[in-house]
Amino acid sequence: MALSGVEIFKLLPKTNCKKCGHPTCLAFAMKLAQRQASLEQCPDVSEEAKKILGEASAPPIRSITIGSGDRAVKIGEETVLFRHDKKFVNPCALAVEIKDTLSETEITKKIEEVLASEIDRVGQKLRIDAIALTNASGDKGKFESAAKLIASKAPNIPIILSTTDPASAEAAVKPFAGKKPIIYGANSGNAEAMANIAKAEKATLGVVANGLDELSTLTEKIKSLGVEDMVIDSGAKKAKEMLENNTMIRRAAIKKNFKPFGYPVINFAQRDDSLHEALIASVGITKYASIIVVSSIEKWKNLALFTLRQNIYTDPQVPMQVEQKIYTIGEATPDSPLTITTNFSLTYFIVSGEIENSKVPCRLAVMDCEGLSVLTAWAAGKFTASKIAAFIKESGIENEVKHRELIIPGYVAILSGSIEDKLEGWKVTVGPREANGLPAFLKARTA
Amino acid sequence: MAFTAPKETYSGKVYNVTIGTGDKAASFGGENVLPFLPFEGTIPNKPLIAYEIQDVPPADWPENVQKPFSSFSGDPVTWAKFCQDTLKAKAIALRLIGTHPDRENRSPEDAAKTVRDVLSAINVPLIILGSNNAEKDAPVLVAAAEAAKDKNCILGKAQEANYKTIAAAAMANNHKLIAMSELDINLSKQLNILITQMGFDKERLITDPMCSALGYGLEYTYSVMERIRLAALTQNDLTMQPPMVADIGMYVWKIKETQAPESDMPLWGNAEERGIAWEAATAAALLMAGAELLIMRHPKAVEAVGKLIEEL
Repeated sequence: MALSGVEIFKLLPKTNCKKCGHPTCLAFAMKLAQRQASLEQCPDVSEEAKKILGEASAPPIRSITIGSGDRAVKIGEETVLFRHDKKFVNPCALAVEIKDTLSETEITKKIEEVLASEIDRVGQKLRIDAIALTNASGDKGKFESAAKLIASKAPNIPIILSTTDPASAEAAVKPFAGKKPIIYGANSGNAEAMANIAKAEKATLGVVANGLDELSTLTEKIKSLGVEDMVIDSGAKKAKEMLENNTMIRRAAIKKNFKPFGYPVINFAQRDDSLHEALIASVGITKYASIIVVSSIEKWKNLALFTLRQNIYTDPQVPMQVEQKIYTIGEATPDSPLTITTNFSLTYFIVSGEIENSKVPCRLAVMDCEGLSVLTAWAAGKFTASKIAAFIKESGIENEVKHRELIIPGYVAILSGSIEDKLEGWKVTVGPREANGLPAFLKARTA
Repeated sequence: MAFTAPKETYSGKVYNVTIGTGDKAASFGGENVLPFLPFEGTIPNKPLIAYEIQDVPPADWPENVQKPFSSFSGDPVTWAKFCQDTLKAKAIALRLIGTHPDRENRSPEDAAKTVRDVLSAINVPLIILGSNNAEKDAPVLVAAAEAAKDKNCILGKAQEANYKTIAAAAMANNHKLIAMSELDINLSKQLNILITQMGFDKERLITDPMCSALGYGLEYTYSVMERIRLAALTQNDLTMQPPMVADIGMYVWKIKETQAPESDMPLWGNAEERGIAWEAATAAALLMAGAELLIMRHPKAVEAVGKLIEEL
């Protein structure tokens, strides 16, 4: 259970030495309680305090890193059930299944698809994170050679080696030594052998059970065998069980601090129907999966799943922002209209979407207002006449357009005069208040 | 450490709303648990999906979602019958978009006639939506409500600027009512209170916290819905207990991701499948957040969401 600031304070040296960078031990304790500081910042803390605080401050769901280098992905560490309470911490990893029954050419093609899956959206790079190699052949040799092939083509990729046979797991994990692989398939029948391999190879162990009771017994047993890093699977396949079990696991871990479920959850969402699979994966993304395995990664499906994951894992307290710059929409010429708005991503998306709908080529100046919408930014003094004038001057737009007319959002009509005062030679036109008025407004100008 | 299921008990419950008449009447809401978690309460109804049609040809819809209706959509009556008879729609949402002053600017009388014609052609429940022009919606929805008197339709959307007229029309003609506010739990609560203060029965309300498309603010709708549902269940807040509608098709089928051809956006893949997936994934996420009534467009997206609901 998390300790309060005062409880933490009692364990600190109480010297107010400031070495941690905080004015007093109490201030430091408060920051620790809010998880905004780390205990290592205090050079004088006692071993005993470290132990107590370490246990208490351990996140209710363990942090696990899979893969290495620039492909490493961190999962787990979640602290809440609902994203409006606090940001969901580590976006779930999306993995595609590769069966070891496929030919070398087919496997290579799949690996290339994964490596080419990266898309940029609102400044974030989104991609298929991992590969789940399944031992569908039941043959150790095939599994091992497929693993070697993946390791050679995508050496740093997070890999999930799915087999219930310890000997096959041991053979296939070798090519990923030091790359934080997952060996998936520890169950009540093979737990000890699998645990030993995971320990020896420093791999995370994927634990699968038939239901939650068995799962809790199994993770405790595996922990007692010395394996700390696990991802857990209740065995749920249907959406209903997935949702129920994921919810129970998250609740038990967060609200009851139930340690046997304090691990990231892995869901298998494979379906023959790709669209159906996308929706099963959507359930996993919204409701508590940390790894979701799918069977196919068509581009349209990836884009939808990446976007949903990005939406759900956005910090509800920090608005999404787009880059400050002058965006060109359509085949804009030096005579095309110039409009301006703020850099709240939603504002940008809606305004640029409506301009696109109008089919009138335009330039859209997006000004950094710390991600606030137009009215809020204006009220907060971030979308003011002088700041707008400075932005337009510094943007270099005067070299790109022939005209000197700026269209401002209707909500800040009040700024038109003062912008004209500060932006010499420019005419300011008041546009519609709502973005959905833009198509009619822009079309009327060109008519 | 033995595992005991961490079940919750809730003090509140979502109102059960029935729309339509006769044996095709449909119900949604009524649960006293979070979405699709029946192990700690009861969920009497599955979410209801309504097919969206409109009073004028859907020339403003992207080609990929016009296509399935191309031979029927010239006329709202045949369009509605196609949805009911061929697509097996359990409800139909008629959007009177042609009444918008910037569009065809159809009159309230024209709108009423469309409503009457559609109602006489179908026996599944009808949802009647305005053009989202607060000023024009008032006379349009009053005329539509009268034309549909006693058919137990849903009328929408009442907003802060026009709720009095529309709520009165819904009340006088025995309809349910959608109350829409803009992505804020407090505004939503306030509007529900204002409407019930007029004497409108809160059990006849449907809350629309405003929909957003995947990638275009979905997380706001998602979290407002979750908060509304938690307020209804955990705090037994009576003003937050009407079921929620997600008006998905309209928001999804106007964004770039549902329109841009693959030739423009090669990394985005097939445009048709992308559009369908976009509508379906938006719906799936909002089902998880608590929506009980979905308004959708593409038959394949509706089918996929139906299949998901079956599995939940």
